[in-house]
Order: sequence, then C-alpha cells, then structure tokens
Amino acid sequence: MAWVNDIIQGILTGGLYALFACGLSLMFGVMKVVNLAHGDLAVIGGYIAVGVITVTHIPVLWSVVIVVPLMALLGYVLQRTVIQASLDRSILTTLLVTFGLSVVIENGLLQFVNADSHSLGVGNAIITSSFSIGSQITIAYLLLLIFVVAVVVLLGLQYFLSVSKYGRLIRAVADDKEAAQLSGVDYRHVFGIAAAIAFGTVALAGIAYGMYSQFSPTTGTDTILLFAFAAVVIGGLGSLWGTLLGGVVLGVAQEIGAQINASDQLLAGYIVFLAVLAFRPQGLTTRRAQS
Amino acid sequence: MSVATETTARSVEKYRVTRSRRNVAWTGLGALVVVVVLALFPYIVYSGTTSIMVQAFIVLTLASMWNLLAGYAGLVSVGQQAFVGLGAYFVLILNIHSISMFTALPVAAVGCGVAALPMWWLVSRLRTGYFAIATWVLATTVLLIIEKFPSIGGGTGMSLPHTPNNGTALLEADTYWIGLAVTVLSLVTVYLLLRGRLGLVLTAIRDDEVAARSSGARVGLARMLVFVVAAIGCGAAGALLAISQLIVQPSAVFSVQWTAVMAFAVIIGGLGTIEGPILGTIVYIILQQTLASYNAWYLIILGLVAMVVALFARRGLWGLVDDHLHIRLFPVGYWLWAPGSGGRRLRGVSPRRGGRHS
Amino acid sequence: MSEPPREPKGRGPAWTEERGTSDEGRRGLESGPAASGASRASEALLEVRDLTVHHGQLRALDHISLRVFPGEVYAIIGANGAGKSTLLRTIAGLHQPTEGAILYDGKDMTKVRPERRATRGIAMVPEGRRLFGSLTVEENLLVGATYARKGPWTIERVYELFSWMKDRRTQRTAQLSGGEQQSVAIGRALVANPRVLLLDELSLGLAPVIVQRIYAMLPQILASGLTVLLVEQDVSQALRVASHLQCLLEGHTTLEGRPSDVTPAQVEAAYFGLAPAEHGGAASPSPGGYGGAGSPLVSRGGLGGIVPPEIAEELLWHGSTTSSRGS
Repeated sequence: MAWVNDIIQGILTGGLYALFACGLSLMFGVMKVVNLAHGDLAVIGGYIAVGVITVTHIPVLWSVVIVVPLMALLGYVLQRTVIQASLDRSILTTLLVTFGLSVVIENGLLQFVNADSHSLGVGNAIITSSFSIGSQITIAYLLLLIFVVAVVVLLGLQYFLSVSKYGRLIRAVADDKEAAQLSGVDYRHVFGIAAAIAFGTVALAGIAYGMYSQFSPTTGTDTILLFAFAAVVIGGLGSLWGTLLGGVVLGVAQEIGAQINASDQLLAGYIVFLAVLAFRPQGLTTRRAQS
Repeated sequence: MSVATETTARSVEKYRVTRSRRNVAWTGLGALVVVVVLALFPYIVYSGTTSIMVQAFIVLTLASMWNLLAGYAGLVSVGQQAFVGLGAYFVLILNIHSISMFTALPVAAVGCGVAALPMWWLVSRLRTGYFAIATWVLATTVLLIIEKFPSIGGGTGMSLPHTPNNGTALLEADTYWIGLAVTVLSLVTVYLLLRGRLGLVLTAIRDDEVAARSSGARVGLARMLVFVVAAIGCGAAGALLAISQLIVQPSAVFSVQWTAVMAFAVIIGGLGTIEGPILGTIVYIILQQTLASYNAWYLIILGLVAMVVALFARRGLWGLVDDHLHIRLFPVGYWLWAPGSGGRRLRGVSPRRGGRHS
Repeated sequence: MSEPPREPKGRGPAWTEERGTSDEGRRGLESGPAASGASRASEALLEVRDLTVHHGQLRALDHISLRVFPGEVYAIIGANGAGKSTLLRTIAGLHQPTEGAILYDGKDMTKVRPERRATRGIAMVPEGRRLFGSLTVEENLLVGATYARKGPWTIERVYELFSWMKDRRTQRTAQLSGGEQQSVAIGRALVANPRVLLLDELSLGLAPVIVQRIYAMLPQILASGLTVLLVEQDVSQALRVASHLQCLLEGHTTLEGRPSDVTPAQVEAAYFGLAPAEHGGAASPSPGGYGGAGSPLVSRGGLGGIVPPEIAEELLWHGSTTSSRGS
C-alpha cells in the first residue's frame, strides 16, 4: 500500500501548489492579466526572506510577518503603475511586459545573487521531522503544516471575497469594471488591492517552498510558474477551491509519475495539464467552457 | 429640414490604390545590393565577424517568425524554443545517421513544420494568455521527452559526430552562407505571405474576427498556416544553431531565453512591421557584443528596454522612423489616393499597419 | 411615501411650470440655446455645450448642447445610431469628447473621471443593464451604496419601490428576467443618492407592459428630488414622461422643445430626417400633441425614403409593427 503514501504526499504538495496558484487565479480572474512573472515573485519573496533573516537573525516563521506585507505593497505599486499601464494598451502588452519582467527579475537575481540554490533553514527541529501512520505512511510535519496554511489562506480569501466590502468590489469589478465605475468605484484601486493579495500570497508560498525545498534564480520559471498555471487550469478558473483541487491533482499526478520513473515527475504533471487543455479547457470545476 | 447626406457627391470620382508611396523597385534593388555585399563577407572580413553574423542570422530569422506570429496573427507564443530545439535535434539525429548537417537543415525545417500540426491541435482554441502558457508547457514537455533518450545525448547533450573536415575556414564560410540563405528566405517568405492574401486575411481577423469569418475568411486556416510557417522558420534557425555550435545541448537549445531574445528584438525593433525585426536584431547584437562579458546584463537591459518600448513606443524603433519619414522598405499595406490630391496621402483613410500594434 | 426632501440649495422639485418664460427661446425645430437662455445658465444642474464625440473616425455627436434643470425629466429620442447612448456615456464620463464641455452644477466636469462624477451625483443606469452577474441582488445594491452620498435612498427604500425585490435579494442577478434586472439596475443607481439620474434605453429588450411598469416608478423617483435625463427609443413612452425633449439624428439635434409644443408630425420629421415643410400644416395637432392619426409624409433623404408612411408611424409611435395600439 505504498501508493497510499504517495497519494497523500501528492495531496499535501497540492496544498503548496494551490498557494502558488491562488494569486495567479485572482489576477487573471479579476484583471485578465496573465502574470508571467508570478513564479519569479515567489522566488523574490524567498530571497527577501533570506536577506531579512541573515540581517536580523529572526526565526524563519517571523520573516513571513515582514516579507508578506512588503510584497503586498510591492504588488499594489506595481499594479497601479506598470501593469495598469500595460492593461490600458492591450492584453498583448501585459503579456509582453510581464514576460519582460520575468526575464529581468531572473537575470537580475543571477547577476546580483549567486546562482547557487538557497534554502530557508527551518529552525525548529520538530518541524523537520515526520510522523507515521501505520507502517507504510510517513508524513512530514512541515508538509502538513504547509497544507494546513494553504487551506486556511484559501478559506480566508474565500471569506474575504464573499463577505467584505473590498471582496465584493473585487468581484464586481471582475464582472464589469465600467459598470463599477458608474457606481463610483475606482477600479484601478481595486485592481491594486487584488494584486496586493496576489503578491502577498505568492510570497508566502515562496517562503513555504524555501522551507520545504530549495530555490534558485530560475526556479520561478523552471518550476513554480507552470505548476501554478497547471493548478489553475486543471481546477478551473474562478473557483478558489478549484485551484486547490487542481493543485492536488497535479501533486498526485507528479507522485504517480515519480513512481513510474524518478525523472518523470515533472513530465507527468505537464502531460495531465496538456490533456486538460486539450479535452476540458474550462477545468474540472467550471461549468461553462472558456471559448 | 432635410438631413440629406453629403457623402454622395464624392463617391463618383475615382480613387487610386497603390502599394506604397514610392516605387518599391528601388527598395528591392537596395535589398539585393545588401544581400550581395553580405554574401561576400567571408572573403573580406575576419572569421570572428562572420560568426557574429551567424548569430545575427539566427536571431533575425527567429525574430521575423515571432513577429509573424504575434505582430500579424496575434499569437503570442512563449514556446517557440520547442522548434528551435527540435530543429537542432533533427540535425543531430540525421547527422548521427551520417547525413551532412547542411543537407539536414531543410529536412529539419520541414520536420518542425510537421511537428507543429499536433501542437496546433492542442493549443489552437486557447485565448491569448492561455495560449502563451500552453506553448511554454509544450516546449518544456518536448524538452523533458527528448532528455529521456540517451542515444541523442540525454540530459547532457551531444556533439555532431559527422562534421566535414575540410578546414575551419571553409566550414565557417559554409555555415555563414547557409545562414544568409536561411535568413533571406525567411524574410522573403514572410514578406510575400503578408503581401498576399494571407496578409489581408490576418488584417481582417485583427480588425474584426466575426466580420472576417462571415466574409468567408478561413480564420482557423490562416492562423494555422502562420503557426506552421513560424515553426518551419524557427526549426531552420535551430538547425543553424546546431550547425554553428557543432554541439546540441537540451538545456541550451530548448531554453526559454530564445523566446525572450526573439520577442525583445521584435518589440524593440517594431512589432507588426517587417523592418522591425531587422532593427531589433541589430540592437540585440550590439547589446550582446558590448555587454557579453557581463553575463546576464545584456538580457536585463534588453528586457527593460523592451518593457519600456512596449509601454511607451508601441511600434518600436521602426515605428518611430516610419512616423517621421514615412518609409516602408517592405510595404504590405495599401495607400489610398484621393482624386486630384496630387500625390499627397488622403488623411482620413490612412492605411493601418499591416499587423497588430501592442 | 415620505415627502420629498428639500434641495440643499433651496430649489425644490420644479418640473411643471416654473421654468416657463426662459424656455420660449428654445421652442421649435431649431436647435441650440437662444441668447435669452444664458441668464438662466447658472441654474442648470447639468449642461452640455457644443459636444462633439468621435468613435475613431466616426463622428457620433456633432455640436450637441442641452441644459437640464433641477427636477426635470429631459428625454433624448432618436433612431438607432443617432448618438443618444454616446451622449449619455460621455456625460457619465465613459467617453472623452473631441470638443465641447460638460458642466454639472456650474462646474466643468469634462476631464473628471467617471467614478468621480458618480460620487459627485451623476448616476447612470447603463444600456443593457450591466449588472454584476455573479453578485446577488443585494450585493449589487451594496456596491451601488459603497460610495453613496447622503440622501433619502437606502437599500430598504429600493425594496419598497420594487416590492418583489426583497424576497429575491439573495438571488444572483444573472438569473433574473430582463425587467427585474432593469429594476435592480435602477435601484443600484438610486442608492448612491445622485442628483442626476441618467437612464439609457430602459425599454431595450423588454416587453411593453414591463416598460410601462418601470416608467410608472418615475414619479416616485422624481419626488425624492432627482433630476432625470433619459434616452429612449420608444417615442410615445418618452413623450409621456418628459418635460423637455431633444431629438437626435446622425449626431445632430433635429428637434428640441417641450412635448406640449411639438406636433407628432414634427417629431416624425425630426426622427427620420424628413423635410417638415411638406407636411407641417397637414395634421391638426391637439394641444396634447402626440398620438394622433397619421399625417401624409413626403420623404426626402434619411429613413423617410426607405420606410413607407404607415410603417414609419407604427415604428415611431408604438415601438414596433406588431405591438398593440393604445397605451
């Protein structure tokens, strides 16, 4: 029954992917922006955390308190300036600008930080260990913690969107930003809020990733971006729980692939992604097709 | 009071439609002269220069293909490196079977065109953002699949086993001439395609897709044709890459940096114009040569400049030239002359650029 | 129903006779404010001066002017493509004019962003409703109320105005019928407590019965102190509620005046771009003005050349050739 262990690993990893993906889903759902630099932002969050910890020697988990709000602020500023400017031109421009941003960030990191992998050391010894259920199933505490955090974040986000004033404004602007303007809503400000949330969550995801695994300047595009998109597409746009489902499906597919052949882990995930794109592009949870 | 329209009076007179403001024969002659001069390069310049020129040829071919995709057909692909890599690997595989790498190049190009068909089936229905990501995923998938075959080098790559041994100078010269041929062929193909029916169809699609469809334009077919042609061009460039490097490494030939380079060159030079990629390639080569020793800097600067251009000078460097001098070396649009306007352009019906602006 | 609130500046609802004398210069077929109107210009709540709007190369509006006074119902009529919706959208701030100015409460708003105009008191109910489809009825109203000014309209009062709404307030608006959506859209604009309400083609896509029911709400809306500028394709409906009207054709003003001062023939002529002289005196207009039997129409240009007189009359006065007569 070793495969049960793999399934569980896959599900838990899916939580991390969902955490990466929710910001992407938000930006695409609200502003129709495909942020090709999304993965690199997670890496930047990780590097800032490394920097902060090196300077202040605070425990890793405390770095979250500094990095996440910082990245959220960065997100608001970047949205109101660069991304809004490119949105005003066309969808094509936003793709090109975010792609340029991704290349600049990665090469900038390569230039100024060395190309080695970094990892955020996990201070507390308990977190690095794992516990067992029965003889076949071993679960790392850290992974479980990340999964729980992901679910909590998604719950919080869902609550925020359904109940709060800004959540409502975000949904309204996503439906029809011109009509929102007629009701006195400055949609550029609302876009900024959405971007801030996206950047904040992806920074959190980046730190989590850094605790669980290693990142380097190119991890953003090598690993994170495509996984995040895969989670969004598989799960279906417009539903945060769909994003969790997508992440889980991706994680499980990767685990199964890894069992078939150690080097097939990534490939398995991508093949599932392509299959969904080919046969059910609206994802697993959305009802109508995105034509 | 009658609101009789004033438009009836003028429609009776005749309007003239021409392809360009000035005689395009001069441009054609100029282009021919340039090509002849370039062909003589191996005789007159150092080999260092010809190898830089070969790099330029690769980038120019890629750029004109990406321009065709994004600037004219509106297909922003972040996965063209798939065809660059496939082109290189076609050459490698054929070379392993003792086929000359120069002979392998056209086969590689056509092979990439064929490979493009199933890929198009996967991505054709996707809209802009999804399309971009899907092409990227496709390219990464192709890379991962290829890496699984140790017979062609696996993850580390492999040198071309059967290279001609008649001296480096001749090899470099041959590589150069093949490169020149590929580039000229690519530019001419793109120009003729856009000047012809396909160009009209693409402009119609860009302006109003529904109207284009109902006028009988085969929208899907037009886009597929563009995708396949771009695949062939990128495959040829990839083959050229293999020939110039004499070694094929998966992480190098399938790197997304190729898309970055071709996209930035096009954006800076001018998206949606045929002259744009030429300008953009020149800028790229200059940057790369001056900053080469600083590793990643030239890409950082290239990326930043491309972002600024995309936001503030949407038609790129060539757009700036065109705005002020009204020059079109490779005209693909139409000019409308009002009767009696004596050669001056009719203001109200200025032709749109043949392609998309960002 | 609660009594209408006092306007802060002391101008109460005055949409019946108080405007009298200064409008004499505005009667008749010709457009443009007469010189005598200038002395009252500062009292117009909403003023459009020489507005020219382009859509790319197409000139949608050509030197349009109008003045809307507090408490008025000002109707803009005209055929499809006449520029009516463009006018409203430009006033709301969604289009930038090429020339001309928009003044609100005496201040130039031409460069002000649409959301700022909304918070200053110009609310538009856009063409096609444009509700937030994934939000519920109540959420739509809440969005409208987010940046609301102080005033009599609350969500509760909107529920009183449209009696069905409270029970269905948790339903997603995408699932409502056209008439219900129109009511929610109006409610969404009302809860912002505007001073000027712009209504763009309320009757679009709705059955005549529903349209009448919606227009029946208008007196209550006006009684709360609002001023209304509306665009309407259904001419009889517009004439029934308007205190002042302007007809547009291909971006030009072809008729301006009070409903009581224009004849059906004049309206037809302005609407279709016909020459008025041919049939100016043929019909005998009653003081009530409209709804009379058909008058002989002689066509010259515009739509008059294409549409036979009987059908023109049907289209103009009854909205379609199949709807029942009488209102």
